[in-house]
Amino acid sequence: MYTFILSSPVELTPARSQMAFTLAFHIILVPLGVVLPTLMLIANYKGLRRGDTAALTLARRWSHAAGLTFAVGAVTGTVLSFEIGLLWPGFTKTFGDVFGLPFAIEGIAFFLEALLVAIYIYGWRRLKPWTHFWLGFPIPFVAIIGALSIISANSWMNAPAGFVIGADGLPTKVDPIKAMFNKALPLELIHFLLAAYMAACFTVASIYMVGWIRGRRDRYHRLGILIPFTIAAIATPLQFLVGDTIARWVYQNQPAKFAGMEIVAKSGTHQKEYLYGIYHSNTNTVTGFGIPDFDSILAGGKPSTYVEGMNSIPKNNRVSNATLVHWAFDTMVFIATLLLILVIWYAIAYWRRRDVPALRLFQWVAAAAGVLAYIAVECGWVTTEVGRQPWIVYNVARTSSAVTSASGISISFIVVIVLYALLGAATILTLRAMSRRWRTEGLVSDDDAPYGPRPPAPAAAAAVAAAADAEAEAEADGEAP
Amino acid sequence: MTAGEAVAIIVVLAITAYACSGIPDFGAGFWDLTAGGRRGGRAARALIDEAITPVWEANHVWLIYILVVSWTAFGAAFGDIMTTLFVPFILAALGIVLRGANFALRKDAARAGGRHLAAWMFGVASIITPFFFGTALGAIMAGRVPSNGHGNPASSWWNATSITVGVLTVAVSAFLAAVYLVRESDRRGLPELHDYFRNRAAVAGIVGLLAGIAAAFALHSDSLRMFHRFVHRSIPLLAVGVVALAITFVMALRGRTRGIRIPAIIGVAALVWSWGVAQYPYLLPFSMTIASGEGASQSLHWLLIWFIVALVTVVPLLVLLYVLDQRGELGEDPTTSRPEHSPQPHAGTPAVDQHK
Repeated sequence: MYTFILSSPVELTPARSQMAFTLAFHIILVPLGVVLPTLMLIANYKGLRRGDTAALTLARRWSHAAGLTFAVGAVTGTVLSFEIGLLWPGFTKTFGDVFGLPFAIEGIAFFLEALLVAIYIYGWRRLKPWTHFWLGFPIPFVAIIGALSIISANSWMNAPAGFVIGADGLPTKVDPIKAMFNKALPLELIHFLLAAYMAACFTVASIYMVGWIRGRRDRYHRLGILIPFTIAAIATPLQFLVGDTIARWVYQNQPAKFAGMEIVAKSGTHQKEYLYGIYHSNTNTVTGFGIPDFDSILAGGKPSTYVEGMNSIPKNNRVSNATLVHWAFDTMVFIATLLLILVIWYAIAYWRRRDVPALRLFQWVAAAAGVLAYIAVECGWVTTEVGRQPWIVYNVARTSSAVTSASGISISFIVVIVLYALLGAATILTLRAMSRRWRTEGLVSDDDAPYGPRPPAPAAAAAVAAAADAEAEAEADGEAP
Repeated sequence: MTAGEAVAIIVVLAITAYACSGIPDFGAGFWDLTAGGRRGGRAARALIDEAITPVWEANHVWLIYILVVSWTAFGAAFGDIMTTLFVPFILAALGIVLRGANFALRKDAARAGGRHLAAWMFGVASIITPFFFGTALGAIMAGRVPSNGHGNPASSWWNATSITVGVLTVAVSAFLAAVYLVRESDRRGLPELHDYFRNRAAVAGIVGLLAGIAAAFALHSDSLRMFHRFVHRSIPLLAVGVVALAITFVMALRGRTRGIRIPAIIGVAALVWSWGVAQYPYLLPFSMTIASGEGASQSLHWLLIWFIVALVTVVPLLVLLYVLDQRGELGEDPTTSRPEHSPQPHAGTPAVDQHK
């Protein structure tokens, strides 16, 4: 470990830390930005179709929350765009034209999404109901295009394609389309989209589940649980299959990452599947409890499957923090298993009673499912990103070769932590304040027309204008000599 | 025209769009910061808030687009710029985070203290971000970013040219914001705010003019070669820019706001293009040209194709957003927004359709 750090550029560790921190923050917002529009549109459709005020109230509030998280995500996403150049100029210098196109596509997709989201969330007041719905309708699909672009760039780092390294060490014969549609893309994209849907849906459902446990058992909370939980219940078993497939894909295509993920010290057949455990890089040994043969079975279906271990990989190409990667991987799988049990339970209970399962244990686990799913998302991200190290482009370019030569990243990292703590606290406090306010307000049911301004609260704009007017007058009076 | 030149034009177009939309949103934050005490500044703040809430995010996305297209098409120059100008760009990015925290907080924060903090962050960020973007632009313009990526980490952006261009950017942002807000207050029938922002437009306009003159002197002593390019091949654009901004200034002072955005946008666009033309064909004056710094031709071609896709998808929606916004169809949803967000100390009966 120490030799690795000492032989690397000084800014590598702070740059990696800052990138990791800002990405870990951003990845919390991404599922909400991708999925909340779907949820709000489903609720909006239900509400309009059946004249269901509870569903329409949910749609309005989810869109409001989506607007907020989308705005924060736009900010943290901008920081990431800067960081790709600020922290990894070697990466954009050498490979910018190879991996950049999907980001340009994402730029436009994000643009479209920002425009549509703005029209939708600020359009509740005046637009005609179905016009409003159809203007919002493309948002989830545009969001998927955006996700495809970003995941494409990331999957390219795992499965580089669309270029040849020339004699000068620089890429030639660049084909950005081949780079974009690399062989890691399909599985990584499906895996991520399912993860996003799981994380956001479990989170939304868990919020209303808390209300349900506290005795707020009305149609509003019922829908607030059932709409997202049903989507999560569909996504979770699919994710299980995709996750298993992607692990085998890594085994076949990124043996060094697989050895880190599963802390395989020595190549061979009949590999143990360690449940957590610790990898010692200096002696290339593992301590911990392992299920005999199970890693080989997971990788190739039978105990005699040969799995490459750390000893077959040159020391400087080994995953630099295998224990962390393995723990992240195990935690992700463990949570996914728990969530799978939860949704099977839900499916059976719903099929029998058409309602939120009554068992307290289910409700408590479901109330925690949002947080659990997010932990799994973070773990999955650690697995793929830390597991790819020491490469920024797998087997082609080292992360240390891309880092900036500018100094002072330790300082910028500290400032970033402080600002993001502020941003995170602001976002959470604001969401909580919104939730409390909505709880005291109740449904938007006192209004015959679900759209349009409510009688007690005049249209905000007019109120602002009127208040501004009155205030300006007051001010003018006060300042008059 | 080569593919690299075409992409460079797209980047300058995107910078123009950002200068006319995203930058004035920062200027609005400047007026928010300087609007005075909580009570006295309430009317101005309410108008600022209402005017930029539905559109700021769309305006902001231009910046992301500029970044990603730059590193895809001109990765080498982008890497060099980001290495030498690490400090101003990280500070600009941090300003963006502060402003984002404000947008998250200010609408729904339950306590007045939280909202006050948000307003303060908004204002500070609104100075930091355009200023450091300006210093970076000044650094590139004056040839202080060498093509090996190791310019001086401090003096590259902390010098007379950079600072004056930074001040100019802040002044332009404040001027445009005040001009747009004069128009917004007219559209809403708020004569007091009309006068309020007209006076501020006048001040910002004069400060901008002085900063522009100072920047010209600074550039003259810093990089005579670039200065000559401005006053020779860019002179028509400079003239158009100055005249259009002068027309805007006079219109604002006389209170004729119908169509005032048009000369304002033409003026700022002409200034941006005067820079683009003066610097052509260099990405980094005078060490890297478009031809020597551009990426693989395949990637450039796909960027151009994708730009056309963007034109036919983004532009109609952008127009729709602005049209809906200007027709007053967009606004906070009163059923989910914080009601005290629009405080009404004089509990009258506000006419719902006060503005057309």
